[in-house]
Amino acid sequence: MFEIITKFGPTLLEAMGKTLTMAFYSLIFASIIGLFFGVLAVVKSKICNIISQVFVDIIRGVPMIVLAYFVFFGIPYACKNMLGFNLTLSALEAGIICLSLNCGAYMAEIIRGGIQAVPKGQMEAARSLGLPYLTSMRQIILPQAIRTMIPSIINQFIITLKDTSILSIIGFPELVNSAKGVVALTFKSFQVWAIVGIMYLIIITILSKLAKVLERRLSYDRKR
Amino acid sequence: MIAKDNIKISVQHLYKDFGKTNILSDISLDVREGEVVCIIGPSGGGKSTFLRCINKLEEVTKGQIFVDDYEITDKKVDINQARQNIGMVFQQFNLFPHKTVLENVMLAPVDRKLLTKEEAKTRAMELLKRVGIEEKANEYPHSLSGGQQQRVAIARALAMNPDVMLFDEPTSALDPEMVGEVLAVMKELAEQGMTMVIVTHEMGFARDVADRVLLFADGVIAEEGTPKEIFDNPQNKRTQDFLAAVL
Repeated sequence: MFEIITKFGPTLLEAMGKTLTMAFYSLIFASIIGLFFGVLAVVKSKICNIISQVFVDIIRGVPMIVLAYFVFFGIPYACKNMLGFNLTLSALEAGIICLSLNCGAYMAEIIRGGIQAVPKGQMEAARSLGLPYLTSMRQIILPQAIRTMIPSIINQFIITLKDTSILSIIGFPELVNSAKGVVALTFKSFQVWAIVGIMYLIIITILSKLAKVLERRLSYDRKR
Repeated sequence: MIAKDNIKISVQHLYKDFGKTNILSDISLDVREGEVVCIIGPSGGGKSTFLRCINKLEEVTKGQIFVDDYEITDKKVDINQARQNIGMVFQQFNLFPHKTVLENVMLAPVDRKLLTKEEAKTRAMELLKRVGIEEKANEYPHSLSGGQQQRVAIARALAMNPDVMLFDEPTSALDPEMVGEVLAVMKELAEQGMTMVIVTHEMGFARDVADRVLLFADGVIAEEGTPKEIFDNPQNKRTQDFLAAVL
């Protein structure tokens, strides 16, 4: 066990770093996508609502593995053979696209729910002061919605962090992929997978604790 | 445009349906500058809906509403601009819970660039003093009593310097001992010449402060008159029944 840690520790840590990089960018893009489609789902426009719903349904209805293959192999193929230009996506880029879309769709649902949970009177009060819709959303509704959404968002972030492992199938050298390599070299699957499991566990535990702190910080009902 | 200069709110042949249910039919009303109009009547009579139509929180089905120079019912009206001129106070206060009392009052004038931050702060403190809660300026709404919250809500609406104030059952969600403090603020506002439309169940207040009382029932103005006429000598059967039930 120690031999593996001393010998392959740096490799695994580096891979962990790649996992975190991929997760980090994905979460940022997913938040933007989620916010966009989440707001689209609540605005007073049937077309916007439908667009949001269709996006969420499509992404939710397709397994991530299929999405990953589609983005990594399918899209460059389509560009080359159907649209006539070359597009090469690195495994990292493809991975980030997949995770962003996937996580974004779930985020959109969380954000929609969070916004709808804010009492209707808040929007009415803001609008009756003469604030435009989007300003009211940004200043009044979203700050309140975020508070109720934090637990679900962190949960989704954790799922996305774990989902990076699925991207091992398109060859991105994240933690699981690297661990496979280490197992191939050492044949010590028990030890290697135990180490990898613990590494995920540590990161996710830290993230969960952070979420708890954030949740407490942001609540205005309990503080003071 | 409104024909007469001193008319602040003009409602003409207003109809409002929710789906197939008719809520208001053929409501017409002019409110003069500085006039206090109280709307009373049984619940479900359309009082709140009528008030909410005036600042377009509800879309009207038919008819016209003018507030000052704005035709609220015109599709092309700049509703944000129009609403700045119409203060609204809600039954449930609807203060912004994530903002302090002071921030609640400052927010809209600063965001709409009517005042700088400094000016807005000075103005907000003035208003909070006027409604008697300047010492709570830096607290969050949830630490205030209902009566205090409603007074903040009034200050928040006044911060936009509106010409007209709408009150939607402002004391209905309050504990009885807090009703008085809110009504006192509203009375003071009326005495200072604010144009007010108030949906209320406080008959004493209506009798005392209103220039005119309207009784809404079943989506129409069943009776209209001075407080004396309505309370002492009601003509309409529905007014008589309603007053017999509440007084």
